[in-house]
Amino acid sequence: MSDDHPMTDTAPAAPDPAPAPAPGNAGTNAPAAARPGAPADAGLDARLIVDRGSFRLDIELTAAPGDVVALLGPNGAGKTTALRALAGLVPLTGGRLRLDGTDLDRLPPEARPVGVVFQDYLLFPHLTALDNVAFGPRCRGAGKAEARAEAAAWLDRMGLADHAGAKPRHLSGGQAQRVALARALATHPRLLLLDEPLAALDARTRLEVRARLRRHLAAFEAVAVLVTHDPLDAMVLADRLVVVEHGRIVQEGTPADIARHPRTDYIAQLVGLNLYRGRADGHTVRLDSGPEITTSEELTGPVFVAFPPGAVTLHRDRPTGSSARNLWRCAIEGLEIHGDQIRADLTGELPLAADLTTAAAAELDLHPGAPVWATVKATQTHAYPA
Amino acid sequence: MTSLDKTGAADTLAGRPRRARARAGVPLPLLLPALLGLAFLVLPLVALLIRAPWRSLPEQLTSTEVWQALQLSLVCATSATALSLVVGVPLAWLLARADFPGRGLVRALVTLPLVLPPVVGGVALLLALGRNGVVGRWLDSWFGITLPFTTAGVILAETFVAMPFLVISVEGTLRAADRRYEEAAQTLGASRFTAFRRVTLPLIAPGIAAGAVLAWARALGEFGATITFAGNFPGRTQTMPLAVYLALQNDPAAAIALSLVLLAVSVAVLAGLRDRWVTAS
Repeated sequence: MSDDHPMTDTAPAAPDPAPAPAPGNAGTNAPAAARPGAPADAGLDARLIVDRGSFRLDIELTAAPGDVVALLGPNGAGKTTALRALAGLVPLTGGRLRLDGTDLDRLPPEARPVGVVFQDYLLFPHLTALDNVAFGPRCRGAGKAEARAEAAAWLDRMGLADHAGAKPRHLSGGQAQRVALARALATHPRLLLLDEPLAALDARTRLEVRARLRRHLAAFEAVAVLVTHDPLDAMVLADRLVVVEHGRIVQEGTPADIARHPRTDYIAQLVGLNLYRGRADGHTVRLDSGPEITTSEELTGPVFVAFPPGAVTLHRDRPTGSSARNLWRCAIEGLEIHGDQIRADLTGELPLAADLTTAAAAELDLHPGAPVWATVKATQTHAYPA
Repeated sequence: MTSLDKTGAADTLAGRPRRARARAGVPLPLLLPALLGLAFLVLPLVALLIRAPWRSLPEQLTSTEVWQALQLSLVCATSATALSLVVGVPLAWLLARADFPGRGLVRALVTLPLVLPPVVGGVALLLALGRNGVVGRWLDSWFGITLPFTTAGVILAETFVAMPFLVISVEGTLRAADRRYEEAAQTLGASRFTAFRRVTLPLIAPGIAAGAVLAWARALGEFGATITFAGNFPGRTQTMPLAVYLALQNDPAAAIALSLVLLAVSVAVLAGLRDRWVTAS
C-alpha cells in the first residue's frame, strides 16, 4: 500500500510537529531573526512544492516583516502558481509554509492572514468601490457600519474618497488597482501578495501607479511578495528579487546585485547585459561556445563573463593598432532603436548586443547582414565565478 | 385604415433596396426552406388570431371557469418555479463547481425529464408519490399527506418537468462565470458559502432570472404530467392547458379564447426576458 501511496513522499515532513513550532527550531531557519526587535519567527518561511502534471514548482522563500520580495521570471516559470500556493488557492504537494510562526499549510484560503491583489484586480463588479473594500472586514466579522467606515478610511488613504460610490466598471485602470490594493490591505494581512500588479495598465498610468505602489509597499509593515515578468517593476518595487525559471530559483539577491551578476541568459537579457559562461585561466576566459574573452579579473575555473552593450565598439574594417584584446568578426542581425541609442543584435564568432549612437550607426552604414568587427576593452568586462 | 395602409406601403418601398441587398448574399436553396419554416411556425398563431371570437371574447374571458383556471395556472407555475429555484440553483452549483464521482450520471438524470414524455413523468410521479407509491405510502400513513389529485400535486408535476430547464440554464451560467471572483472572495475571508451568496449569486443573477422565466413558461404550459398525476378537477387541478383541451371538445370558442390568453402570456414572457437581457448586458 505504501508503495503507491502518494503521501509517502511527504511523509518525512509530517512528524515535524505542526502545532506550536518548537522555539529553538524556529529561530534557526527563520531569516527574520536578522531584523532587530522582531520576534524570532516573524515573517515568511516557506518551501513551496507544487506538482502540476509534468511541471514541478520547488522554491524556497523567506522574508522578514517589511520586506518586499519580487518573484521575477518568464511566463510559465511558476510564479503565479507560487503566489496561489501562498494564498491557499493551490494545495502544496510538499514543503512547508509558515507565517509569523504559524503553519498555514493546512488552513483554507479564508482562514489565512493573506491579502491578494489579483492580476486584473477582480473587483466584484456588482459592488461599489466602498463595498468591495468593506467585503473583507465584513467577512472577518465586522458590522456593516464598522466595515464601511474602515473601507472609507482606506479609500481616503488611497486618494479615492471621491470614487467610493463608483462601480468598478466606472474606474480607470489606476483607480481599480488602488481599490484592489485597499481591498487586500483592509483585512490587515500579514502577507500581501501582488500578481503582476501593473500588467493591466497602459504605459502612461503605469509610471504613476508604480511610484504610488512603491510608497504603499514601503509603508507596509508585514511581508509583501509580488510576481512580475517586468524587471523594471521588480527593481523599483522590491528590496529583493527572486528569479524563477522552470519552477526553480535560478538567482536571488538585491536588484543591484542581480543586475551586476546575472547568472542566466534570461536575467542578462532582462537587465541588458551580454552574458557568457566559460572556464577562466588567469585573465583569459575560454567560452563554452569557443571564442576567448580577455578580462580584467584573474580567475580560474568556471565563470560568468558579462559586459554591457555600451562597452562594445563596432568597426567596418578590421581595426589596426586598437588596444582592445577582444576582437570578433560578426554580422548585423537586427537593429532596434532605444531612445537616442541603437541596439545592434550581432551574430558571428560571438553573439552579442551592442549599443551605439544613431550618428555612429549612420557613419558605419549599418544594415542587417552587414559584416562588422566588434571590440570590447578588457577593463569593461566583468567576470565572476559561476 | 387607409392612412395605415399607406405608411405600410411606404415602409416596404423604403425597405426594398435593403432587402434586395440582404437577399443577394443568401443562396436560394437556403432561403426557400427558411421562409417555409418561418411560415410554418407563424401560420398557426395567425390562424388563432384570425379565428378568435373577438366579439364574444370579453364574456368568454370573464367566466368563472377561465378565471379559476388562469389563477390556478399562475399560482402553480409560480410555486413550481420557486420550488425549482430553491433546490435547482444548489443542484446547478453542485454540477458546475463540486467535483464528485458520477457527476456525469447525475447530470444525465437531471436532464432526463427534459426529454422524457411528460405523461411518463406523471406515471412515475404516481408510482413514487401516489397513495400506494414508494414514498407516498409513508407520507399518507405517517403525516396524512396526499399529493396526487391535489393542487400540491400540480405544483410537483410542474416542478418535475420545469426544473431541469432551470438547472441546465443556471449550470451553464455558472460554468461561464469567472471562478476567480470566488477565489478573490475567499482570500478576503469569505467561506465558500459566503462567496457563493455574496459574489457568485449576484453575478449570475441574470442567468438565474432567465432560467426561472424558462422554467415558469414550461410549468405554465405543462399538460401531460399534470393530468396524469393531478387529474383534471376545475378549481383544484384544472390549469389553463387542461381547460383548453377540455373546452375544445364541447366549446371551441372558449378553447380559442383560453389559448389567446396563454399566447399573450407567452409573448409577455418573451418580451420580459429580452428586456432582462438588454438591461443585464
